[in-house]
Amino acid sequence: MSLGLISDLVLVLLVLSLAVWMNIARTAYRAVVGFVAYGLLMTLIWVRLAAMDVAMTEAALGSGLTGILLFGAASRLAPFEAAERARAPGPALRLLIGLLCTVVAAGLGAVVLLLPEPAPTLAPLVAENLSPTGLQNPVTGVLLAHRAVDTLLESVVLLPALIGVWSVAADADWVGRPSALPRPPASEALTLLAQVLPPFGILVAIHLVWIGADEPGGKFQAAAVLAAMWVLVMMAGLRQPPPVVARGWRELLVVGASLFIAIGIAGIWLADAFLAYPEDLAKPLIIAIEVALTGSVAVFLALLLAGPPAGAHRREV
Amino acid sequence: MSNLTDLGGVVLVFPMMLPIVGLLLGLVLGGRYLGRLVLVLVLLGLAAALAIGAVVLVGGEALQYLLGDWSPPLGVRLEADGLSAVMLVTSAVVMLAVVLYGQRAFRIPGGESETRTSLVFWLLLLGVWGGLNTVFLGQDLFTLFVALELLTFSAVPLVALSGKPETLAAALRYLLFALVGSALYLLGAVLLYGSYGTLDIGLLAERIAGADRWPPSLIAAIALMTVGLLAKTALFPLHLWLPPAHAGAPPAASAILSALVVKASFFLVIRIWFDLMPGLLTTAGVQILGAMGAGAILVGNLVALRQVRLKLLIAYSTLAQIGYLFLLFPLAAGAEAAALTGGMLQVVSHACAKAAMFMAAGLIAAAIGHDRISGLGGIARALPVTVLAFGLAGLALLGLQPSGGYLTKTLLTSAADASGQWWWGLVMQAGGLLTAAYLFRVLGYAVFGARSGTPSGAERLPILIQAPGRLQEFVVLMLALCALLLGLLPPVAFDLLGVGRTGIDAGAVVSIAMASAFDWAKLWGDLWPVLIVGLLVLGAVPWPDRGSAIRTDSAGATPSVTGRAAVAVGVVFQRADGVLRHWPAAGLSLLLLLLGLAGSLVFGSR
Amino acid sequence: MNGTTLFGLGAAALVGLGLYGLICQPGALRKILAFNLIGSGIFLLFGVIAKRGGGALAAAGSGSDGDPVPQALVITGLVVAFAGTAIAVALLVRLAETAGRSTLDTDAQDASSLPADANPPGERLP
Repeated sequence: MSLGLISDLVLVLLVLSLAVWMNIARTAYRAVVGFVAYGLLMTLIWVRLAAMDVAMTEAALGSGLTGILLFGAASRLAPFEAAERARAPGPALRLLIGLLCTVVAAGLGAVVLLLPEPAPTLAPLVAENLSPTGLQNPVTGVLLAHRAVDTLLESVVLLPALIGVWSVAADADWVGRPSALPRPPASEALTLLAQVLPPFGILVAIHLVWIGADEPGGKFQAAAVLAAMWVLVMMAGLRQPPPVVARGWRELLVVGASLFIAIGIAGIWLADAFLAYPEDLAKPLIIAIEVALTGSVAVFLALLLAGPPAGAHRREV
Repeated sequence: MSNLTDLGGVVLVFPMMLPIVGLLLGLVLGGRYLGRLVLVLVLLGLAAALAIGAVVLVGGEALQYLLGDWSPPLGVRLEADGLSAVMLVTSAVVMLAVVLYGQRAFRIPGGESETRTSLVFWLLLLGVWGGLNTVFLGQDLFTLFVALELLTFSAVPLVALSGKPETLAAALRYLLFALVGSALYLLGAVLLYGSYGTLDIGLLAERIAGADRWPPSLIAAIALMTVGLLAKTALFPLHLWLPPAHAGAPPAASAILSALVVKASFFLVIRIWFDLMPGLLTTAGVQILGAMGAGAILVGNLVALRQVRLKLLIAYSTLAQIGYLFLLFPLAAGAEAAALTGGMLQVVSHACAKAAMFMAAGLIAAAIGHDRISGLGGIARALPVTVLAFGLAGLALLGLQPSGGYLTKTLLTSAADASGQWWWGLVMQAGGLLTAAYLFRVLGYAVFGARSGTPSGAERLPILIQAPGRLQEFVVLMLALCALLLGLLPPVAFDLLGVGRTGIDAGAVVSIAMASAFDWAKLWGDLWPVLIVGLLVLGAVPWPDRGSAIRTDSAGATPSVTGRAAVAVGVVFQRADGVLRHWPAAGLSLLLLLLGLAGSLVFGSR
Repeated sequence: MNGTTLFGLGAAALVGLGLYGLICQPGALRKILAFNLIGSGIFLLFGVIAKRGGGALAAAGSGSDGDPVPQALVITGLVVAFAGTAIAVALLVRLAETAGRSTLDTDAQDASSLPADANPPGERLP
């Protein structure tokens, strides 16, 4: 057994035990702690799978931002947890469901072992068709050229999601500011962190977008970093989240997808197809879209975390 | 015709991007004129949908478009065959009705620039529409996944628009169950990519058909995707989220949710079983789908009959009507043309009829301040047009000539006869009679019932809190008439359904079904059981003259032995439904279905 | 057995564990966590498939040795899953604030306990 395989085995076992922990932990808060640790280990697995782009996204979004979201919810919901336990299904039902889930997992495992060899792949096709985009990073090529429509739809999906988060506000609170972010007690360390870290975060984000064309990195990773910086500033109380009725922020939200669509429509005349790029302009256009989407997605992610608008009375609590 | 196809392909981008552009524009504009903006967009969208339908029908073949000029497996393809075109037009028509209805319901009061409900409603309506159109056009399994999520994320907050705790719980339950559904669907798509190296439905179909046996990953993928989509369609017994969600939403949103949103995932089941892998239709899996459909028809209708509130009754009726859609799978083996045409006509007819019913119920509830069925007395005189629209939509649902429901029932019954599966026909007959029963129960109260709280013989008209808008009533009536008169369309219009697939001559089967529709014997044969049910129900409802203006809300006030037996049956079904709608029970059903479906494919015909 | 296959088996187990949690956990937040577990199992399986299909690009010397298509789709999927989690959390927190509970099943089931003034949730009287 090689060293690599042993480390992989340890990784998988750790991840699975954390997954079990998330199921058996007594409080949601502990389960969320397990989830964040799980996300970090998952990042390592993505590195082992040679998927650096995914590893970065997992670390920033899957573990980081989702972690903040769930921590906030877990602390707000803690008072209701005692009542939850009374509603757990009985042991016989749990056993039956556990048995069936095991069968499903075992079946999936068997399917994984029986996947066809040699594995089908689009990697050569992507490599062949990367040059018209002017990019070097194949993942960015797939995201912004070959399957641009998925990326476009996905940046649009964030919009109903944000409206959905806003929609739970009380009518009277609509003009208020969001207040769902956890507000740890003010401390000098946090304030200092929130003052020192963002400039670096912004530099990292710019770097990620810039290199994303050719190396692992890109808009989602950069946007997640930017969003994390802004959320840190809001959590430290240095800035208030903007009210949802603020026009300027709304314009920022739609600018990425709007530019994407505009360039896509221009492609109908300039490159014979919707979402196609004229060959000599492909790279600058793609970078323009990436930059605009980074800004919009960062605002989306941060506002999704900031939650629905709330009245002044609720913000105090 | 290929010239036409080349020229027309880019038109497919229009229905997909129009709602999305509207969504972006609407968020920035916000404010008072959002409703007008959406109205303009929907009119444009309807024109585009009709144009696509005309091009597909005249051209006689599916329209295709390669996004970004990349062909699959690398790129993503859009395609409009006959089914897509029919769905595009249907959703544009229902959207137009809902948008017209919503102009008044979501008007912003003077002095305010933007309200929560109006912004959320209009924007999410556009989100739903964009998701629907992308589902109907997309040919890439992952693009379809993102489209389904766009649809779900837009639909869920509409459920909780009122902000009441019950609707929040309903929305959360809907969201979580739908998320499981999409996760299972995505898992299936992932397995297909791992086995065939593409996500394009057309390429996958070629590669699957080329193999001489089904690999385990394919079987697992089909089972996972199908069950995931069924969870999103709320097919019995995976329906735990539907009744409270559809009943708790504002009427305009309920109309969209019931008429269109659940049909999107059904449409993808059709894509998988008919286009991706037609070989599935000869496996035992179709019997499982059919059995669930039959269960939905019986349980949905019986529980609808027991409902106290009008909107919940309509929601349970949706549950039952979804069941009819799944009868087409077992019936397609022997008579594909009749089964598929019947099933798709059910989609169209139910979309119009159910949207009309929900909006009519909304007008009634707005007028009298509640929607308790027993308190509907006299509403037929106060709101004659609304009640008429409700009744006509109901007649379309129970399948009287010349409605889409009639065509559905006739075509599916003929398919059942042709394939020697008479029992599905029996289920449909029973379903139709139960539909008649709850329809007459509502109409009975609306026409003859006493206004609660007044002694009999007193002033019969209820006090109206809010009179319905003329336009609103007109829209609801038009939609009901669309469903009721669907069969009168010229047969050539039905040919659209078969475009892009071989062996489906939808116009011909509809012509045959319509040829005998108005024979005296046929008409009478369809009518008398309905009339008998109607008389029985009218006899069972407590009327004011019997001195029971305020009685128990259920239909359980019947004195006769048969009446009590019927009530007992209803109670049993209602209890069973209540048990099945608990989360762990629904989860158990999900797992069992997953394993059962996979098993039926393993031991399938091949 | 190599590392990639091992990760594939782990992904299958994660889906199973997530399904169990989603069905059996009474609290809605725990269900949301379980949904994320299922999601990450599915993404991991996609990553395994990407790795299995890799190699061609490494041979061409362009850095990555996985199939870039699934990797790109996983990134999209992660963003969508985050959006879904955010809506679920918002609904849940609001539910707890207004109804004082964080579970989905009620004794009476919500359907029959919906208030009779169905009228017009979210719509205004003129």
